[in-house]
Amino acid sequence: MNRKRKSHVSLYAFVAFSFAMSAVPAEAHLNSTGMGPFYDGLIHFLMNPEDIVPVVALALLAGLRGANYGRRALFVLPTAWFLGALAGLSALAANPQPFIAAAWFVLLGGLVAADAHVSLRATTVLAALLGLYHGYLNGMGMGQSLSVLVILVGLVFAIFVLIALVAAFVARLRASWARIAIRVGGSWIAASGLLMLGWTTRAR
Amino acid sequence: MKSSKVHTMARVLPTLIFVMLCAPSAFAHPQKGDAVGFLTGFRHPISGLDHVLAMIAVGLWGAQLGSPAIWLLPVAFPIVMAVGGMLGLMGIPVPGTEYGIALSAILLGAAVLFELRPSLTIAALLVGFFAIFHGHAHGAELPPGQSALLYSMGFVIATGCLHAVGIGIGTVYRWGWGQKLLRVAGGLVTVGGVFFLWKAAA
Repeated sequence: MNRKRKSHVSLYAFVAFSFAMSAVPAEAHLNSTGMGPFYDGLIHFLMNPEDIVPVVALALLAGLRGANYGRRALFVLPTAWFLGALAGLSALAANPQPFIAAAWFVLLGGLVAADAHVSLRATTVLAALLGLYHGYLNGMGMGQSLSVLVILVGLVFAIFVLIALVAAFVARLRASWARIAIRVGGSWIAASGLLMLGWTTRAR
Repeated sequence: MKSSKVHTMARVLPTLIFVMLCAPSAFAHPQKGDAVGFLTGFRHPISGLDHVLAMIAVGLWGAQLGSPAIWLLPVAFPIVMAVGGMLGLMGIPVPGTEYGIALSAILLGAAVLFELRPSLTIAALLVGFFAIFHGHAHGAELPPGQSALLYSMGFVIATGCLHAVGIGIGTVYRWGWGQKLLRVAGGLVTVGGVFFLWKAAA
């Protein structure tokens, strides 16, 4: 009898222990991957459609024009993004302008939908402006510590890989229907941007 | 026999108590978050049959007209529809949106039924004109607390997918029986449009 009671105690102890061990981590920060600042930066970009969609649109535009344009966007946009973020670090609070984000959607999506023949120089300027603006917004409110730099490296790395994949995919397309499918995608981006513009005017 | 039952109870009870103690937090608020915004937007155009009929008719008509209309219409429609949605969001009224949507189903269905072949400009203008009504009626209905961006994207992508469904059905146009089938489908869309017009007027 005594022996049986003892086995019960160990059972209680085991169950209590296993539940105590399975405590959920407190999520005090947003989008913390638990894998260090590099992956935090990477996920910060990948979880943000406001950032991803214009980058995809630029990659589509550059890819439609050819590999040369894709290469230019591939190096200019991440560099500008990084510099913009560094500049944004000195700003205190994040103050994003949804109006401008929506305008980027409309501009880049519209250019893709129209299959616009933008020059290489114009592509470079677009990539630089987009990177500086969005990078600045990302950098705002990040605080100033050494890990911020690692976050930015992860973020820029994600952008680099995304442009490389999308632009390379589009640049390979030769069939006319495939290129038109890309243009349809551009028109969807522009349409989302137009609706976003509507939202911003209503919020005021 | 009995003692083994007691023994099992003694084993199960502590586990049960601990499982009941670790209750998850209640989600008493309406769902929030980006994915929900996208899904709400995506579901919106699909949930209204009047909108679905007109969108599929656009795809069918494009398939009948062939290149380049089959590609111009799906590129132009989302943008014009978004302009309509923008008007709605800015509080600029578009009179008779319900009538406009029902009429669009009737006219687009009729165009498919009679295989009308107007010039590309007129086809694009007709589709674009009705796109404003569709955008105005549906674009402005974002539930509170959801991401406006993802709602818009879901809304636009669902509409694009409906066009794709229409174009996909329209691929039967290459066969003789398929051409007849498309015209029947156009007739059905027209009938649906008449029903929705009657409902809007009632």
